Amino acid sequence: MEFMQLLLSGLANGCVYGLVALGFVLIYKATEAVNFAQGDFMMLGAFVMLGLVNPQYMGMNFWLAVPIALLIMGALGYLLDLTVLRHMFGQNQTAIVILTIALGFVIRFVTGAIWGHEPVNLHSPLALGDIRAFGVVLSLADIAVIIVTVIMTMLLWQFFQRTKLGLAMQAASQNQMAAYYMGIPVKRVQGAVWALAGMVACVAGILYASKGSLDISAGFIGIKAFAAAVIGGFGSLPGALMGGLIVGVIEPFAARYLPPGYSQIAPYALLILVLIFRPHGLFAQVRTKKV
Amino acid sequence: MSVLLEVRNLETFYGAIMAIRGVSLEVRKGQVVTVLGANGAGKTTLLKTISGIMDPEKGKIVFDGEEIQGKEPHHIVRRGIVQVPEGREVFPVLTVEENLALGAYTRSDKAEVARDRDLVFTYFPILAERRQQEAGTLSGGQQQMLAIGRGLMLRPKIMLLDEPSLGLSPLLTQEIFTILRRLNKDVGMTMMLVEQNAAVALDLADHGYVMELGRIVMSDTAEKLAASEDIQSFYLGHANEGARGERRWKKRKTWR
Repeated sequence: MEFMQLLLSGLANGCVYGLVALGFVLIYKATEAVNFAQGDFMMLGAFVMLGLVNPQYMGMNFWLAVPIALLIMGALGYLLDLTVLRHMFGQNQTAIVILTIALGFVIRFVTGAIWGHEPVNLHSPLALGDIRAFGVVLSLADIAVIIVTVIMTMLLWQFFQRTKLGLAMQAASQNQMAAYYMGIPVKRVQGAVWALAGMVACVAGILYASKGSLDISAGFIGIKAFAAAVIGGFGSLPGALMGGLIVGVIEPFAARYLPPGYSQIAPYALLILVLIFRPHGLFAQVRTKKV
Repeated sequence: MSVLLEVRNLETFYGAIMAIRGVSLEVRKGQVVTVLGANGAGKTTLLKTISGIMDPEKGKIVFDGEEIQGKEPHHIVRRGIVQVPEGREVFPVLTVEENLALGAYTRSDKAEVARDRDLVFTYFPILAERRQQEAGTLSGGQQQMLAIGRGLMLRPKIMLLDEPSLGLSPLLTQEIFTILRRLNKDVGMTMMLVEQNAAVALDLADHGYVMELGRIVMSDTAEKLAASEDIQSFYLGHANEGARGERRWKKRKTWR
């Protein structure tokens, strides 16, 4: 039973990591840039939601606020691409990495300036309490996180399979040059990918804030999520989610069965092992090009 | 026949390198025009400039009575110019059907698109068999067929074909060119064909240009080009035999 307990709480954490990792991979696949501010996007998404919902701010209905927060974060992602990142086209990778790290700082301090630096709690109907069943104590938030992540994954899957924009995103990420030849407005599609990454980060942020308290350093789980994305295979969307789940599950087990302190190292130790033995990641989509 | 595509004094740079040094040519409706030339002659750059991937420094491109030089690629595709790129460039992790659907990205008439897809399948039956297969797992020849079929899905006014014979066996090359000929005869598809394989290209084309170091050095009907001595010795690989039955020196090209 202890096993189930650790597994479920690990999975719930892993879902949040997975969603942030998904944001990394979305942007990486579409634009070949790594957005190191993705974790801070998540944190900002959570604070935007908090600003809409909590009584001391706007005090809106939670379910009404969800689409608004998603829209705000989506618009922010698109505008960030339009105003900043599109002008970096053709620049050195390092420049883009540094730029996104700097963006992370900016987001963190702007958020701090608006909502303060103290830990706060989101008034979320998902954080209702615990249920006990079969000797396992589960917080409702954990279950909600898992369910929402499953739904989110299925929606994204449908979006990529069924819609024209989703197909165009896949095309632009697999072969950018050919996407241009097909008449796909690649830059606009990349903007749409940033918007999508912003929305996914917002969902992750809402889930994160529903599970516990929130402060401006919450974005640092982006580092863990980045490790998760690499473990899953950078460039594979299902890989990112799986990587997130693996990292999430490893942590509580390491905390329980290994000496103190090792649980913080465990995800990165796994990262190193994966890089040594399967450098493309566990679920990589690698195809060699035929001539 | 009216002129569909006209290129006038085009100049394009790759950084500091002048890849196209004042090219002028024209393609008439229903014609197949080929541009021959060795590696680095600027043929691919010419096609990329026409389809908007690269911007020209000087010159004009007039398509269907409209100047299109320097426009964004998706504007140019919408006007009916499609490029079938060198090296296929299919979307490797998408299925054959999805690749074809992307060819029709700029179109919204679903019924017509479906009919065009069936048309592509009649030209390339192998694609119909493999419609659910990922394009990256197709053979080189099948990928080339997919690239051409994907181009047809736009229902273009002109197809720009960049080395469709690249990396294919002589037999497959023949097959591809037979289909291109049928397309030209059946639906009157206008084509601009860039090739290194001068024999098959001149066989298909109505008119030919020869490019060298960014310039057009010869322009004539395909038959006359195929018969010319320069083309025979430098592009078709016919050895000229001297009086003693052996080649003793390299011939100079007449345009130098």
